[in-house]
Amino acid sequence: MKFSIQVSEGPYNHEASVTAINFVKAAVEAGHEIFRVFFYHDGVNNGTRFTTPPQDDINIQKTWSELAEAHNIDLVVCVAAAQRRGIVDEGEQQRNKIDGNNIAPGFRISGLGQLIEAGIESDRLVVFGD
Amino acid sequence: MSDAKKFMYINRKAPYGTVYAWESLEVVLIGAAFEQDVSVAFVDDGVYQLMKGQDTTEVGIKNFSPTYSALGDYDVNKIYIEKESLEARGLTLDDLQHLVWEDEDEDWAEKDSIRVVTSAELATLFDEHDVVLSF
Amino acid sequence: MSILHTVNKSAYERDTLESCVRLAAKGGSVLLIEDGVYSAMSGGIKSSVIENAKGNLSFYVLGPDIKARGLDEGRLIDGIKVVDYKGFVELTVNNDKVSAWL
Repeated sequence: MKFSIQVSEGPYNHEASVTAINFVKAAVEAGHEIFRVFFYHDGVNNGTRFTTPPQDDINIQKTWSELAEAHNIDLVVCVAAAQRRGIVDEGEQQRNKIDGNNIAPGFRISGLGQLIEAGIESDRLVVFGD
Repeated sequence: MSDAKKFMYINRKAPYGTVYAWESLEVVLIGAAFEQDVSVAFVDDGVYQLMKGQDTTEVGIKNFSPTYSALGDYDVNKIYIEKESLEARGLTLDDLQHLVWEDEDEDWAEKDSIRVVTSAELATLFDEHDVVLSF
Repeated sequence: MSILHTVNKSAYERDTLESCVRLAAKGGSVLLIEDGVYSAMSGGIKSSVIENAKGNLSFYVLGPDIKARGLDEGRLIDGIKVVDYKGFVELTVNNDKVSAWL
């Protein structure tokens, strides 16, 4: 089956992102395809590369980047939510004249249409939030 | 793209205390552009999103409640409100915005978008949709 | 069509489980995840939410979240099945869609 996931909360504050990671791992192991993981609301905060969590705990952002690379998963951060919360890639940096960018490897910033498309193209859309 | 799917957006949160009401409305509006069959349900504290007379001036944040009246223009005209949620909160339809749409098949006659439904009817509606998005 | 409902908060904290059960058509499945697993324990004042709904809905609880919280599987409400993440995925495949109660 083709799955898409929506992650609605940021790392650490809520368990949502970790549950989503574990769901994605299990789905891939079972032979399913992950079409897209869409980060919305505070979920966009999973996409910053500037986190340095303690070594004895899961590195949520890095885990997403590694999963994306290992299984060719499309990680999309909603542009409207990202602009409100300060997740920036090079394109947004130039467009909005910000003095830096912080997007993590494997993540890209795009519009809400990507979530709708994920709902249309996938067999299952699973939402993890608060 | 595949055949049109039936999308059901379920709103259960009050406005302003959290961002979900506003950011979910943004999804509904963007989703309307994709020509899918869209329904929106307001349940539990979600019914508060449609209260008339919202004035956020003194709080200093954006009052997005006028945006709901644009739903009809975006062909989002199946808006379900759970009767039990309204009654539990001592509310009636009169407390809420009157949302309408214009039916081009009937000479642009103005029609009500809001349908008050029971829990049982809403449960059946959820079952009949292909994609359920919750906020 | 059947729905897999997910509930991630304790019934003692939030009313999402009660709303879910009120709005879930007969034949659906409910999976308790994250803090939602507390609702699966027997002997609490909210246990009746599940007890009264068991006839219409199938209840599941995510094992890793039970273990994380130090809860005893032996004290779950009768009839609730424990699944792992693999089982979670299977539940999403075996139902037509997923509805998250947040």
